[in-house]
Amino acid sequence: MAESVEMQPGLKGLTADWGSDQRAFKGVPWGKAMMWIFLLSDTFIFSCFLVSYMTVRMSTTVEWPNSSEVFALDVFGVQVPLLLIAIMTFILISSSGTMAMAVKFGYEKNKKVTFRLLVVTAIFGAMFVGMQAFEWTKLIMDEGVRPWSNPMGAPQFGSVFFMVTGFHGTHVSIGVIFLIITAVKVKRGRFDNEDPGFMTGRKGRYEIVETMGLYWHFVDLVWVFIFAFFYLW
Amino acid sequence: MATEGQQHPIAIYFWIWGLLFVLSAFSYMVDYLALQGYLRWSLILLFMFLKAGLIVAIFMHMVWERLAIVYAIFVPPMVILVLILLMALEGDYTWLVRDTFFSDWSNFFTVQEHH
Repeated sequence: MAESVEMQPGLKGLTADWGSDQRAFKGVPWGKAMMWIFLLSDTFIFSCFLVSYMTVRMSTTVEWPNSSEVFALDVFGVQVPLLLIAIMTFILISSSGTMAMAVKFGYEKNKKVTFRLLVVTAIFGAMFVGMQAFEWTKLIMDEGVRPWSNPMGAPQFGSVFFMVTGFHGTHVSIGVIFLIITAVKVKRGRFDNEDPGFMTGRKGRYEIVETMGLYWHFVDLVWVFIFAFFYLW
Repeated sequence: MATEGQQHPIAIYFWIWGLLFVLSAFSYMVDYLALQGYLRWSLILLFMFLKAGLIVAIFMHMVWERLAIVYAIFVPPMVILVLILLMALEGDYTWLVRDTFFSDWSNFFTVQEHH
């Protein structure tokens, strides 16, 4: 979609784009801009969770449980700190890698490879949620962690843990569902045929894979912050 | 519409993937080696920001977008810094009050007999 005026680079381009009396986000398709704005609002949600976590952790006079020990795994009699969380981190990063490549092959209209990469991404995502379910079970059943108390220390630990990882896990689960939907659409050639989507008259196109990718990378991004602040701090 | 899509060589994704693996391994090592204090916190933050930056810049293609959208997305979250500052002050104050008046936390919920 060529613009009538030649696009300027840098800060001049910023003011020119915003003052162009046309769409402000040049080179960004409508759906992608909407996804970015949704992600911006989601950024505020997760920021509020993490700031609340900071507040309760700073204000408690009871010792905060040592996450390194709480999330340690017993491997053949040796306690390895944070092992499951580290594996979950690597799995989510790998899913981001396959997702980025799915976007690339989508724009090349390589249906087969895009479909496979999306399926692999969804499998990684499902593995992540499965490991999280294992982690929750271990914490609830074996360690006795509750949203209001736990045997290790500050009672706020449980509420923060369930709230933050629960919300993130929900995001991953929803992402897996939409990855499967996108993968099926790719396989059926809905983007090649420009078939309209569910409850919309807009034509299907491979740009949807990139928009899906933005959501998925954001989920990975949030995990980077949760990993740093909740598990490592 | 295809002309608007972000298309880049596949090698760059493999490179970033590898870098994210290495950086994650580094941040895991911070915990594994049980580093403490300011060294621990600064390393955690360093690896966190590097990972977040790589994901947003390359995987989410922000480095190739025009400043109009880059600023629209990244300037608003800066107000969170104000919230962090306010809540840090608040948390510190709450801690001080609790430590001064409610430090006997184990008996906090038991009914006190007043005479």
